Amino acid sequence: MQHLFGGTVLTTNKQGLTQQLWDFFCSLKLSIFLLIGLALVSIIGTVIPQGPQREYLATISETKIRLYSSLGFFDMYHSWWFILLLYLLTLNLICCSIKRLPRVWKVVSEPVLIMDEAFEKTLTTVKDVKIKGSAAELKDRVAAFLKTEFAEPVVTEQGGEFHLFAQKSPWCRLGVYVVHLSIIIIFIGALIGSFFGYKAYVNIPEGGGALQVRSSGGKTIDLGYEVRCEKFSVSFYDTGAPKEFKSILSVYENGQPVAGYQRVPIIVNDPLTYKGITFYQSSYGQSDEGVWYYLTVRNRNGGEPVKLKARQGERVALPGGAFLSVMEATMDVRPFMRGFEGPGAQVEFTPAGGSPKPFVILSEKYESLNAQHGDNLIITFNGMDQKFYTGLQVAKDPGVWVVWLGCFLMVVGICMAFFMSHKRVWARVSDKGVTIGGSASKNPTGFELSFDELVEKLNKYK
Amino acid sequence: MSSSSLFNITMITYMVSTCIFFGFLASRSKVVGLAGTYAALFGFVVQTVAIGMRWKESYDMGHGHAPLSNLFESVVFFTWTIVMIFLFIDFKYKYHAIGFFVMPFALFGMAWAQLSLDSGIEPLVPALQSNWLVYHVITCFLGYAAFAVACGISIMYLIREQMEQGRDGAEAGGMLSLFPSIRVLDDLNYKAIMIGFPLLTLGIVTGAAWANYAWGTYWSWDPKETWSLIVWFVYAAFLHARITRGWIGRKAAILSVIGFAATIFCYLGVNLFLSGLHSYGR
Ligand code: HEM
Repeated sequence: MQHLFGGTVLTTNKQGLTQQLWDFFCSLKLSIFLLIGLALVSIIGTVIPQGPQREYLATISETKIRLYSSLGFFDMYHSWWFILLLYLLTLNLICCSIKRLPRVWKVVSEPVLIMDEAFEKTLTTVKDVKIKGSAAELKDRVAAFLKTEFAEPVVTEQGGEFHLFAQKSPWCRLGVYVVHLSIIIIFIGALIGSFFGYKAYVNIPEGGGALQVRSSGGKTIDLGYEVRCEKFSVSFYDTGAPKEFKSILSVYENGQPVAGYQRVPIIVNDPLTYKGITFYQSSYGQSDEGVWYYLTVRNRNGGEPVKLKARQGERVALPGGAFLSVMEATMDVRPFMRGFEGPGAQVEFTPAGGSPKPFVILSEKYESLNAQHGDNLIITFNGMDQKFYTGLQVAKDPGVWVVWLGCFLMVVGICMAFFMSHKRVWARVSDKGVTIGGSASKNPTGFELSFDELVEKLNKYK
Repeated sequence: MSSSSLFNITMITYMVSTCIFFGFLASRSKVVGLAGTYAALFGFVVQTVAIGMRWKESYDMGHGHAPLSNLFESVVFFTWTIVMIFLFIDFKYKYHAIGFFVMPFALFGMAWAQLSLDSGIEPLVPALQSNWLVYHVITCFLGYAAFAVACGISIMYLIREQMEQGRDGAEAGGMLSLFPSIRVLDDLNYKAIMIGFPLLTLGIVTGAAWANYAWGTYWSWDPKETWSLIVWFVYAAFLHARITRGWIGRKAAILSVIGFAATIFCYLGVNLFLSGLHSYGR
């Protein structure tokens, strides 16, 4: 342990222990260990299906089930040990940043203004420039030069020499800390969401409404207003693949329609949000409740056709003493009967004094088929006022904006840390000439080239 | 000419480019190296045109969408981004030898797409009808491609290091003289990952934004999401490993290869072996 994380474990007094703990949590080796560890354990939850999954449970042994559930593998990403790893990562991040930030802050806020001999030795890019003139005159010239070609310098006089210091984008050194802070902000956003938000779902039949939704934990949640589904529709491509699922929703508060929230179409990828709660198109189904089925009955021997309507399962009296019930029906038989289209119904026909016979009837287009049943009657299915219910996913997450803020800061911070460089240039001006040195926090070779160019230009600068 | 025949030309050009780069390693002629780069560039241009044409063809069929929606299209796009990042690094740093270690990834991708994947243009199912698809896929794949290039560079690093050790530190000659020095390779590996990491981060963020927009959950620990996070952890570890002493060079190269293996699993393995929201191409 002490070898791995670089603490000294020999001292046992209290001071030593705190120090040790601090060093432990400041260690970058711990970060690498945690990052790789998180990567490795995260694999488990992608291999073992998460949540209760009957089909999967049936394929593994009893012992495995007991072992996995005691280790929390079925809901791994919320298990105590996974959350603990995330907390450790955060703690590590905070300690490490607290330890290093003051030093970096000092570089940014209290720059070294004077390049003396000792400091000069620590710089890799230093050049002497031979230009003639008095120190005061040279100082003005170099200052003007730096201002136009690099950045405005700070001038300090010391021991008859002038020291100039100029820098570019010092704050990009803070990029790393912006990234680390962003991770903490994202965690905070996630915590807010898990404490004050929920995920739920609700099914609403066309023409119906919902005041409550059911959370994924099985609890009933009051919306505080009513969402009505005015209409649901589904359309298909020629290939039979679904093209669009659409619900038309309206919001009512205390029975009154809410302006601006009437007949709003929502589709997959385009939800409706009202008072912080968002409704997403998620599924649909046919709702049979209160549906009318329309039929026409004709006598084979002629006479006026009779139009009828029926509810599901209702026994309807037909001319001549027979009865008919519609068991189920659809507006489109294509998925069920190859080569046929249009409406179709599964019915039960009871001839006068006979026993019930089930068969299928279709639209007028297939009258010859319809004529195969029904004794002396030909029964045609004209359709139904088909009703769907729409399945909506409902979510409330007050933490989501905190998460987006964190994501934004993370991207900005990474760009600051990777693509920007804190560049500094010092010049020491005396009667003998000018010595100029520089350093950059990133890409030393690239900086060297531009530094040489700068010196070249200074040589020619008048 | 249809996009399909242009994709065939692309595949053949990438094969030619790979062969030329091999010839470059054997002959050590600068001209040959340059020819390999230009072959890759030609293939890249043809592929760009082909992708544009496929886009247009989908509009001609009446349900236009960006060509990023199924496995075939994503493999083609991945290949395209790999070549793009390679060309960027090649023109910037002029180490043609890298081509021999990166172009085979592109060749393999094109060959796989053309020879065994279903190249039909299908209309988009409702879940994919979103502009987020484009932002998400482009950022992710640019990131993946940078990691592919880093992986190629790391393999060069490991080979070069192995050979140098074999010669007891004697002056490395022959083919090796074409490889950038160990130090440069290490640096290039880092630079490629510095391109890839921000892009992967953006890819994960746009994916989360899309999921939140479409389903109300920015993160649901779906296997694909989790694997992208695993990849992200590996490269974050790589970045931190570089600032600690003793982790540059060999260990960093190995971590980069592992990172790319995880990337490939995230991209393909998840679809082929695990289940989830992202399983296209079934
Ligand atoms: C255990 C948690 C972590 C700790 C203790 C930690 C610590 C550090 C430290 C000390 C540095 C160097 C700062 C400097 O150069 O002054 C650093 C750099 C960095 N960290 Fe972290 N870090 C952690 C997690 C993360 C994560 C999860 C990310 C993900 C984005 C991240 C992104 C970065 C980046 C991008 C850099 C800059 C690297 C470079 O310049 O090459 N860190 N981190």
